[in-house]
Amino acid sequence: MTNDITAAIETALQRVSDAASLDEIDAVSGETLGKKGVLGGLKASLANIDDIEERKAVGRSLNEGFASVSAAIDERRQELIAIRRASQVAGERLDLTEAMDTASRGHLHLVTQAWQELEDVFVGLGFTVAEGPEVETDWHNFEALNMSEGHPARGEFDTLFIGHDEHEDAGDSGLLLRTHTSPVQIRTMLTSEPPIYIVAPGRVFRRDTPDATHMPVFHQIEGLVVDRDISMADLAGTIEAFTQAFFGEGFTSRLRPSYFPFTEPSAEFDIRRPDGSWLELGGCGMVHPEVLRAGGVDPEEWSGFAFGFGIDRMAVMRHGITDIRDMYVNDIRFIEQF
Amino acid sequence: MKVLLSWLNEFGPFADPTDNDAVEAVAADLTALGLAVEETIAIGSPVEGVVSARVLRVEQHPDAAKVRRVWVDAGDGDERHVWCGASNMSAGDVVPLATLGTTMPNGMTIERRGILGIDSEGMLCSAVELGVGEDHSGILLLNSDAGLGVSYAQVLGIEPDIVFDLDLTRNRPDCWSIEGVARDLAAWRSQPLAKVGEGSAMSGEARTVPVSIADPACGRFTVTVISGVRVGPSPEWMARRLEALGMRAINNVVDVSNYVMLELGQPNHAYDLSTIGGGFSVRMARNGETLTTLDDVERSCTVDDLLICDGNDVPVGLGGVMGGADSEISDSTTEVVLEIAWFAPLGIMKTASRHGLRSEASARYERGVDPALADRAVQRFAELLSLTCPDLVVHAGGADERSSGMPELVRSVGVRISEVNRILGTDLVAADLPGLLDPIGFTVTANADDVAVTLPSWRPDSTSEIDVIEEIARHHGYGRLGRSVPKPTGHGHLSQAQIRRRLLRNVLVGLGISEAMPNPIVAPDTMARAGIEGDTLRILNPLVADESALRLSLRPGLLTSLAHNEHHRRTGVSLFEIGKVYPPSGDGLPDEHEVLCVMLAGQDAHAAVAAWRQISQALGVGAMIDQSTVPGGMHGTRSAVLRAGRDVIGAIGEIAPEVLESFEVTERVAVIEVRIDGMLSGRGGSRAYRPISRMPSSDLDLAFVLSDDVSADRLERALRQGTSSLLVDLNLFDTYRGPGVPEGHRSLAWRLRLQASDRNLTDADIADVKSACEAAAKKLGAELRS
Repeated sequence: MTNDITAAIETALQRVSDAASLDEIDAVSGETLGKKGVLGGLKASLANIDDIEERKAVGRSLNEGFASVSAAIDERRQELIAIRRASQVAGERLDLTEAMDTASRGHLHLVTQAWQELEDVFVGLGFTVAEGPEVETDWHNFEALNMSEGHPARGEFDTLFIGHDEHEDAGDSGLLLRTHTSPVQIRTMLTSEPPIYIVAPGRVFRRDTPDATHMPVFHQIEGLVVDRDISMADLAGTIEAFTQAFFGEGFTSRLRPSYFPFTEPSAEFDIRRPDGSWLELGGCGMVHPEVLRAGGVDPEEWSGFAFGFGIDRMAVMRHGITDIRDMYVNDIRFIEQF
Repeated sequence: MKVLLSWLNEFGPFADPTDNDAVEAVAADLTALGLAVEETIAIGSPVEGVVSARVLRVEQHPDAAKVRRVWVDAGDGDERHVWCGASNMSAGDVVPLATLGTTMPNGMTIERRGILGIDSEGMLCSAVELGVGEDHSGILLLNSDAGLGVSYAQVLGIEPDIVFDLDLTRNRPDCWSIEGVARDLAAWRSQPLAKVGEGSAMSGEARTVPVSIADPACGRFTVTVISGVRVGPSPEWMARRLEALGMRAINNVVDVSNYVMLELGQPNHAYDLSTIGGGFSVRMARNGETLTTLDDVERSCTVDDLLICDGNDVPVGLGGVMGGADSEISDSTTEVVLEIAWFAPLGIMKTASRHGLRSEASARYERGVDPALADRAVQRFAELLSLTCPDLVVHAGGADERSSGMPELVRSVGVRISEVNRILGTDLVAADLPGLLDPIGFTVTANADDVAVTLPSWRPDSTSEIDVIEEIARHHGYGRLGRSVPKPTGHGHLSQAQIRRRLLRNVLVGLGISEAMPNPIVAPDTMARAGIEGDTLRILNPLVADESALRLSLRPGLLTSLAHNEHHRRTGVSLFEIGKVYPPSGDGLPDEHEVLCVMLAGQDAHAAVAAWRQISQALGVGAMIDQSTVPGGMHGTRSAVLRAGRDVIGAIGEIAPEVLESFEVTERVAVIEVRIDGMLSGRGGSRAYRPISRMPSSDLDLAFVLSDDVSADRLERALRQGTSSLLVDLNLFDTYRGPGVPEGHRSLAWRLRLQASDRNLTDADIADVKSACEAAAKKLGAELRS
């Protein structure tokens, strides 16, 4: 009987290793280990052995046989599963570079990108963002900013004046397209109490022929701080903090005297690049006492500073754009680059 | 404004023009003072290889009328032959000869060159070719006593010099003069400022002519009679300085007049005494009154122009702008009357701009000339003219007429040291102020904490405490101010609307749509071409007629952009814009508001609706698509208005074919245009959590036959309302027209996902939903398809 067992195990192991599919292995398992299987049959005939010792010995070798066949079946099953996966994966081969472009993402306008980045820098410095209308009154755009009728500085703004369709001679509508974002200073002071820490990005207009560096419609960002004991040192420090936050390490700033009717003392601020060259960026200064008064703020109690510069130029500089007009043609071949 | 370093040095000295570092230091100091140096131009560097040569003989070429053969002697014993196109030289003249190998300022190199078979061994030069003058009519004739073979620069006395081109601000009229620039620079460098025009040149018997001022636009009019004048050329150095600053040398009288203006900033005019009818009157012109100015242009005046008239009331000058041609100094002039006046800036500015005539004088007057400068200017004029007129007599007793328009000469203002420090963030004390202010003429007259400052007559812009504080800041140095960052009491943030505007942009970009920024200013007929009705605001002074109306809609701008892209073979482009429109509103500010416009080229109205659903879902705002109204300029059967409640807030669908044609777009264009101010200010808070059911869900597909007259979304709303709380999702997944569905109808199939939050669904639940849907649909005339 021992010989029968040995032969049966050998036959079973041979069949396991010959099995070429999971179905075959299942069949081998049933026909070998099942109740009606070969080894199962031998197990049943153990009862015919009278000698207890012999019965124990045969039973032991039969159990060992069971175990080894069962292990061989498990192992072969795993092998066959792996083979089937491998052949599935092999059959699914794709050349990923054959992909056709179907999805396209949209792009924000370069001015919007610069605009948002500037807002973020100033929000980080503790400012909020104010807005104002693009069609303005003469009072907000000039008068309240210390440029009364006939002020020579008005001539430098190349203003576009507005009338209504219905009156042909609407020269005195008192409306214009704002020439700068500074009217937002006045609107903010008139509608909120100091302390004021705002920036006002926005679209502005000049009667100007477009060329590679000028557009009649462009964008500025304006800053206004009004608080107790605000000094020109605060202005210089804020410009410097902005310079480092926006342009990065290695950039510094300077103020040099200039003139604007709405600030005094007034300054131009320049940015020094890491290579030592200077770039004129914008204008700034201490808010003129008359401007504070126009905004309903007592200049003896409060003081403040303001600054402003072009957003378009930031975009132009950052991307090395050689003709600013290209930003406004809305050619998708341009837009998609950024 | 240009200033010459050698001229500044007469008040300094400041720098050697040949010392580059010193020149750069001057430029840096000027910029630090707010007199921004736009450009530093080195002049007077001689062209190497151009030497003096004597003309030996000149021959006309027999065959070429316009060229001459010239033989010259450059002092080295060789007789050189050159061809020359000019004819103003003759034997004995000394002329500049560019020898072979010389590189001219225009980059041309002089080479041996044959003309008509004979070589030319150099070139004779005009003043223009050497950059020493503007005369290009002939060869420059040098002093005939000059040695031969020496540099023309040496012969002319040309020395290297520096021109600083300054970008001056409106508030610095004083710097429209050499002296004014030098004053600021000397103060900055703590150097003394040399004085000119001090003392009195009055030497003769008292003589004058009567003067009357009829209008306060002229504040002061002084005349000085000067005799013993001999009109002739100016000294070389004076002519060269004038030319270096862009003025032509004319004769000694006119040149001195210009020299004094450039040096002191005082425009002045010298008339031939014999031509002025014995006196002057200053009055406003009569409409249509004419005057021929020095530039030989006849000017027609208005009542807003100020005229200088002679003793016979005949105009002899456009006040403060330009003199008349008839009283010009001539070669035979022996007696002149020198006018030095003060005019109100605004009137001069208007006259100069009305006549398109910006002269050196008007540039100064319109900014503001020192009203106290007359005496020094006369003195300086006499000093300089006597260099060429040794017999000059300056007569005392000249008229000095003033009107009510004359500015106050002595003005003062109180300055609080506490205010200085509050505005500048400095720790100055009152004792610091005289050192900063006195050198620039702001005289500190009291030395307490609250000081009094006398303002200089040459700074009309300075009238108040803050003006003086600016001067203190300038001369203290902007670079020496501290740097501190103020601490806002609040925290920085974007408003809800600004955050939601960014969200909107992000959603659009995520949908594959790119941002455009067309011009909001359009041609007058653009809105009508786009089918958009309504009055527009007009620009009264447009630069070009095509940009003179303020838009009412963003559609024209994006259509133009799509056409541009199509033209460059980029079809299927998706663009959006977020921008303002400006419909008029009464006589005040317009109803300016923010609008979103999306255009999807090559896509149909359904694409617009799909995009709109994403946008409205992201922003949590809804709007009804009401196809019963066709918005202007939109497709008659493929568009709708967007309604929020009763208000129309926009349009959706496709652009009308005739509009596409007008804008030269050939593709179909899906569009959304919607007012967003309400959407942005709307609910922006966080949304409440809805638990996700753990129970199994079940799908129910229902198809209905619905008349084309009823919109699908009405049926969808009916299905939503008709079903119980078991409905978690509802999607239209199929539409069908054709056999099996009656004409004028279509089949619409929805898939309903049903789920309970707390139990498994039963067949009865599903049957209930189905019959509820059927009933709801019936009310719209829709039949369930089996």
